[in-house]
Amino acid sequence: MLPMDHVIALSAILFTIGVLGVATRRNLIVILMSIELMLNAVNLAFVGFNRIWSQTDGVAAIDGQIFVLMVIAVAASEVAVGLGILLAMFRNRDSVNVEEVNLLKW
Amino acid sequence: MTAETILFYVFAGLAVISALGMVLNTRNTVASALSLVVTMVSLGAIYLLLEAYLVAALQIMVYGGAIVVLFLFVVMLLNLSTDEFPPGRQRLIKSAFVIAGVAILIQILIAMGNDPLFATPPEAVPEGYGGYRQVGIQLYTDYVLLVEMASLLLLAAIVGALILAKRKID
Repeated sequence: MLPMDHVIALSAILFTIGVLGVATRRNLIVILMSIELMLNAVNLAFVGFNRIWSQTDGVAAIDGQIFVLMVIAVAASEVAVGLGILLAMFRNRDSVNVEEVNLLKW
Repeated sequence: MTAETILFYVFAGLAVISALGMVLNTRNTVASALSLVVTMVSLGAIYLLLEAYLVAALQIMVYGGAIVVLFLFVVMLLNLSTDEFPPGRQRLIKSAFVIAGVAILIQILIAMGNDPLFATPPEAVPEGYGGYRQVGIQLYTDYVLLVEMASLLLLAAIVGALILAKRKID
């Protein structure tokens, strides 16, 4: 049986790597990939906790896995829209550097 | 240590190393995207070890397949110059970010080490856990509203992506 605390720890580590990627990188593509990484870390936590509470009165409980499916749907639509924004931005600015996009900056 | 545990540590190490490789690689965005594939597939393998079979299959098909291919497609479409970590004062601010993030992570790990939840290993899974039958039945009975909402979300995303990526709206 897997050590469940290490599964959740792996999820926390991956989430931290994703946050640091969003915070430190300036390339919008890598920022989107880091967001994907964070969503994946959350998915891992969902599946891990679902494995800990895997049944109610002998019947399989898989609510955590349902939530993972929903997160995958949200991630897919987020990537589609995010990459659409990225293409529009590259067309207007010739760059994917987020620091060059400051139209809304006060 | 069972074979399952050893496999878990192998895939966990692979996932962390490739995630770090994705974030730290500033020269080549294609290599970053390929590192992301390794992370996704490792996580898929860990889902298999956690007996979530349908989620593992979807992870590899949707994340490792569709989403990363979309990323690679866009990277190839654009002609990107190399990225650098920011200079000067910004570097200072972002180092503070990194230190704070790692400190919070260590805090979480220490708090988790003391949690009685993880003291006992989880019991064996019941019949049908994580299979497509169980997930499908629950998805289309208890969570049918969620499925409808997901379909609306995907429709909105398709329309949004089309409008954003269009060259000019006539």
